[in-house]
Amino acid sequence: MIPVPTPVRFYQVGSFAVGNRLLDPDQRTVQADTARTNSLDSGHRACQGCGEALGARYVLDAAMRAAEDKVIAVNATGCLEVFSTPYPESSWRLAWIHSLFGNAPAVATGVAAAMRAKGRDDVRVVAQGGDGGTVDIGFGTLSGMFERNDDVLYVCYDNEAYMNTGVQRSGATPPAARTATTEAVGPAPGNAFGQGKDLPRIAMAHEISYVATATVADLHDLEAKTIRAMAHRGARYLHVLVPCPLGWGAASKDTIRLARLAKETGIFPVFEAEHGEVVSVAKIRHKAPVVEYLQAQRRYAHLFKGDHSDVIDQLQALAEANIARYGLLEPTSAEAPEVVED
Amino acid sequence: MRRQLEGSRAVAEAVARCRPEVVCAYPISPQTHIIEAIGAMVRTGAIERCEFVNVESEFAAMSVSIGASAAGARAYTATASQGLLYMSEAVYNAAGLGLPIVMTLANRALGAPINIWNDHSDAMAVRDSGWIQLFAEDNQEAVDLHIQAFRLAEELSLPVMVCMDGFILTHAMEEVDLPDQDQVDDFLPAYSPRQVLDPADPLSIGAMVGPEAYTEVRYLAHLRQLDALEAIPRIGAGFAAAFGRDSGGLVHPYRTEGADTVLVAMGSVLGTIKDVVDDLRDADIPVGVVGITAFRPFPFEAVRAACQGAERIVVVEKAFSLGFGGVLSSDVAMAGAAPQHLVHSVVAGLGGRPITKAAIADLIGRARAGELGSLSFLDLDEDLIAGELGRMAAERRSGPIAENLLRDLAGAPRRPRQTGRA
Ligand SMILES: Cc1ncc(C[n+]2csc(CCOP(=O)(O)OP(=O)(O)O)c2C)c(N)n1
Ligand code: SF4
Ligand SMILES: [Mg+2]
Repeated sequence: MIPVPTPVRFYQVGSFAVGNRLLDPDQRTVQADTARTNSLDSGHRACQGCGEALGARYVLDAAMRAAEDKVIAVNATGCLEVFSTPYPESSWRLAWIHSLFGNAPAVATGVAAAMRAKGRDDVRVVAQGGDGGTVDIGFGTLSGMFERNDDVLYVCYDNEAYMNTGVQRSGATPPAARTATTEAVGPAPGNAFGQGKDLPRIAMAHEISYVATATVADLHDLEAKTIRAMAHRGARYLHVLVPCPLGWGAASKDTIRLARLAKETGIFPVFEAEHGEVVSVAKIRHKAPVVEYLQAQRRYAHLFKGDHSDVIDQLQALAEANIARYGLLEPTSAEAPEVVED
Repeated sequence: MRRQLEGSRAVAEAVARCRPEVVCAYPISPQTHIIEAIGAMVRTGAIERCEFVNVESEFAAMSVSIGASAAGARAYTATASQGLLYMSEAVYNAAGLGLPIVMTLANRALGAPINIWNDHSDAMAVRDSGWIQLFAEDNQEAVDLHIQAFRLAEELSLPVMVCMDGFILTHAMEEVDLPDQDQVDDFLPAYSPRQVLDPADPLSIGAMVGPEAYTEVRYLAHLRQLDALEAIPRIGAGFAAAFGRDSGGLVHPYRTEGADTVLVAMGSVLGTIKDVVDDLRDADIPVGVVGITAFRPFPFEAVRAACQGAERIVVVEKAFSLGFGGVLSSDVAMAGAAPQHLVHSVVAGLGGRPITKAAIADLIGRARAGELGSLSFLDLDEDLIAGELGRMAAERRSGPIAENLLRDLAGAPRRPRQTGRA
């Protein structure tokens, strides 16, 4: 059993990564370990500040540590696949396969079945894809994998659009966001309200043993959740918010800031669930207004030309709904679910 | 051991003796009996160390097979018709990745109109995918081809599709000789992959390839298909030596010596054609037939040699390319055994229409009398066609064609036009 690390608190520096040096060695991130596997090695071709590259690096190195380096990774088509394997180069330093855009969960099921047939319960399977590969084209195979409870950890790197093909809308694109197929023109610019899928909750509805959300703003938390997910058997789901400077129209240096704002506004609730029930939530520490999050991204620039305060209010209402649903602002109490405060 | 068995059951037993490690499939007629039987054998332990995975679609079934095969497991699946189309993206992917998956295709027509009966449209739809495609003439050959398929696939690192006619073979009770487990174990060595997902020796499979090497990757895949032209007869000969039975190979010529007319076909219709050939030979009419077992890779030389000396070739084919004509016949014409205008394409047996001995005999008569065109459709109901063409000429909103034809056949009156007003 892998121990659950104690929550890390370094409020004074406003960052969670630099705190590493001040921690006991066994509390430090896997990434801080010079003997880490570098599963996704440097030299790949992601954009500067790519949240997906950052997230994948932390997730896979943590999974490798949890599985004593015996991991097979299955990748859906998308930015992560393309920027990591331009022939004849590969950034992957673990066993890795890419098959198609919509079948990563099923390919992972096949790998897991092969390991079971061969009696190799020491080899663990991690499947990964972007939000498009997960909530849209791969949704059927993902739901099938969940329903069968195959021994696979599936990780969705959610940058809220089809980035690899040039920033088109996906089922995870938020309302009002501009993409190449939800242009900021016409009477209701950007993506429509009332559409899209909340995949973490859909995953929970399958009552699989572990579902968690995370962002690349809190990499301790991301690693801890990966390691916790690896301690479970059966189907598990990790949904990581990964800002994309190119698609969001944001500065490369703002990737972490935007991920943190997504959490601190309530736009992106960070929680863990077991067997369909929420067991912990990451509380908002310094609540930020949604407008602060929007203003830093050109995909929302149209909201600040002319009066679109009604749209901004609607987006704020969505954040408030998340805050209410997950109790993101409630103080910790004995009755409340166990809280991993960060 | 000789047993009276349904074709599907016989194939399931043959696959079981090949010791698959992962079997994943999605049900579709007429493939269902095969996977039901294998599923049961995995549950009872009759197939050891095997995972049987029920999935939500054929796309998943082929994808699971891809993952299992890439992880070093012997993988098997089966499908038909719509199922094959639904998995087609993964069918191409499995071949492109060079994964030796074996799949049974219980050949069935493609919709619309939806039709569960036999023809070869499904197999033709993926003929360019890079899979080896073998066609079984009867259930004994279906059994034998599956055992050879695993050997062939694993030797070449290419997926193999064993095609057997839906219902006509899958649901037919026939006596088959099922090989013993020991015999199969001797013939089929354990799977030793060329590439495998192994944490102890990590590699990346499925990388992106640009213009600088894509052609070469595809060319090498083509070369491996050509290698199969040598491997298929060699493995067939090895099978004959081990099991005492001729099965497989590239082509099966039958009574072609001195034939002025040679028929060419694939699958179960060969049985009917051989009966007709026997009858005609008894009447001193020099005809023969060539059965094609390996459709991909296409055995040009073997076909040319088998048809040598014929004045004309009549290809009886259960599929065609709309707006083009026969697929098999154009391949046969390319083999160059007869001038192209003397390679006649006869599209027959679509959607399960029976191909009778009388129709074949008539066909041969017309071909020998020089009355057969380059493309014809066996037993086409000209009245039915004329009726619908007339209807379409008479009014714009003539309605759905399939439903109109069924009404005509049933002698039913035209559907009254709804006014759409409440
Ligand atoms: C069947 C199929 N349809 C479409 C595509 C084109 N395509 C490749 S990647 C991609 C978008 C990927 O988006 P996402 O999964 O969100 O990953 P991201 O690139 O954003 O990380 C699309 C549409 C494809 N490769 N295959
Ligand atoms: S487009 Fe976005 S997701 Fe893709 S590599 Fe660039 S930053 Fe990363
Ligand atoms: Mg995306």
